[in-house]
Amino acid sequence: MSTAENTSGPTPSDSAGQNWVEVQSSPDFVELRSRLRKFVFPMAGLFLAWYLLYVVLADYAHDFMATKVVGNINVGLILGLLQFVSTFAITTLYVRHANKNLDPTAEKIRAELEGGRS
Amino acid sequence: MNGNALLNIGIFGVFVAATLVVVIRASRNTKTAADYLAAGRAFTGPQNGVAIAGDYLSAASFLGIAGAIALNGYDGFLYSIGFLVAWLVALLLVAELLRNTGKYTMGDVLSFRMRQRPVRAAAATSTMAVSFFYLLAQMAGAGGLVALLLGITGKVGQAVVIAVVGALMIAYVLIGGMKGTTWVQIIKAVLLIIGAGVMTLWVLAKFGLNLSGLLGAAVDNAPKAGEKLLSPGLQYGTSGTTKLDFLSLALALVLGTAGLPHILMRFYTVPTAKEARRSVVWAIWLIGLFYLFTLVLGYGAAALVGPDKINAAPGKANSAAPLLAEALGGPLLLGLIAAVAFATILAVVAGLTITASASFAHDIYANIIKKGEAEDKDTEVKVARRTAIVIGIVSILGGIAANGQNIAFLVALAFAVAASANLPTILYSLFWKRFNTSGALWSIYGGLSVTILLIVLSPAVSGKPSSMFPNADFDLFPLSNPGIVSIPVAFLLGYLGTVLSKENDAEKYAEMEVRALTGVGAEKATAH
Repeated sequence: MSTAENTSGPTPSDSAGQNWVEVQSSPDFVELRSRLRKFVFPMAGLFLAWYLLYVVLADYAHDFMATKVVGNINVGLILGLLQFVSTFAITTLYVRHANKNLDPTAEKIRAELEGGRS
Repeated sequence: MNGNALLNIGIFGVFVAATLVVVIRASRNTKTAADYLAAGRAFTGPQNGVAIAGDYLSAASFLGIAGAIALNGYDGFLYSIGFLVAWLVALLLVAELLRNTGKYTMGDVLSFRMRQRPVRAAAATSTMAVSFFYLLAQMAGAGGLVALLLGITGKVGQAVVIAVVGALMIAYVLIGGMKGTTWVQIIKAVLLIIGAGVMTLWVLAKFGLNLSGLLGAAVDNAPKAGEKLLSPGLQYGTSGTTKLDFLSLALALVLGTAGLPHILMRFYTVPTAKEARRSVVWAIWLIGLFYLFTLVLGYGAAALVGPDKINAAPGKANSAAPLLAEALGGPLLLGLIAAVAFATILAVVAGLTITASASFAHDIYANIIKKGEAEDKDTEVKVARRTAIVIGIVSILGGIAANGQNIAFLVALAFAVAASANLPTILYSLFWKRFNTSGALWSIYGGLSVTILLIVLSPAVSGKPSSMFPNADFDLFPLSNPGIVSIPVAFLLGYLGTVLSKENDAEKYAEMEVRALTGVGAEKATAH
């Protein structure tokens, strides 16, 4: 095992001495939470809505989805492949957001709370 | 194909021998509970991402989706989209926060700010339920696969093979723990993705790298379905009920992934939340790539093998991918793909077993029976090992009993239970300040009971020729997948249970939120 401090894990005992409510209402933490939620909640709503729109079209608009665009490739296939594209795009956007806007603040708060500990 | 059977067994034997060596080597450093249950938290993000892909791309994904596309065309493709998009829920809302607040199991996170014992008991119950349905599906799939690949058609012979698969899986889990199991997943994922990738390029090359040409050939070779193969509706578009059923399935697929305990547990095998994020990103790219391959493989099987030959094969839809391999590369490629398919089942079953046994050992034994005193002690690992043996035996027996059942149905069932019993509690627990013990219990037990009740009353169980009990008739609920009812009900129950109870621990929520978002005090990797 690496260190003695973390053997007890996230149990109530090792939270003693830490005023979590105070940390939770500190400006840094409020800012971190707001940056996280302002990104993930709208993004989750967006991809779920786009997925449901696609599912409903595939379920109830067969003729529209069967419309041919190029050769044998139809609207349904293109929309389906766009689901892949949007999933990859949202993944990339989130990683960029987290690396740039979330990790530095989280690391700062963690360093303050853990003090001299690594 | 008895001559080929020997070849298939030979290639599979090489895989088993090679992975056993890796598992034994990996087990050398397995000493503590963190080693056994979370691989010492020492895997890197990319390694864990590959392992997640290995855990997620089960036989249902490989054989099931390729076969569904070959026979039902576009409707098979809809499964892959649900399975992939679902990962965004895990990436955006669950993975990192879970890694920061838990230790070994889903129960760690759900019980963090609640009364420990009742919530852990509930979390362990739903973990076991999801894992059991998923296990049944994999073991039942093993039986059908054997029929196709080894030419064993007798029920007794298939039962023996299911028992062998189960015994191998128990050996992997007992010897290697989480570390060994993870390496098996990594090896299997690499083989599966390379195998599918080679076949994809091969199929495309046959049609001059022209997707449109491939689609046209698939339509020409499937006169019964014809043009309908390329647009949605062939399988689910027949009536209002089947359309609603599809909507229900789509909901369960997209919300189920982030509630699958064997996937959640993988986030504990990396040292930090940032590595957990990297692992999901790797998993999303690999899984997405793989589902693009299955699209080509499915239509390729329709074009080069044809629906008549697929339907006449012993495993029906499940045999589309192996038959395509045979059509492309003869017996050798069939043998390789068959071995990969076996490896897939073996690896997924091992992952499920370690998850269910960890939940029993950590949540029920160490924290409920021993009230936390046995946590991280040797006895916790001992109990996990013994539970793995019991689960292995139960899944062998269940797999033999379920042999011949529809794999996709059983997997969709596991997803519906995960989306209803687990996901609402996970999200409420991470994001809703007011959430409490009563809400968690209502949502987990309520979601679980409603889902199982609706499944028992569905046409999948009784009332139709294709049902589990075709002669009985108690199909009061018209849909095969309960998600569209059970998921909203579970969210509602979680809300009602919460507001009807006065319990509210604001301090504990503050601690959980700060830990979740910053990683303060998170479990660290063990150094050897």
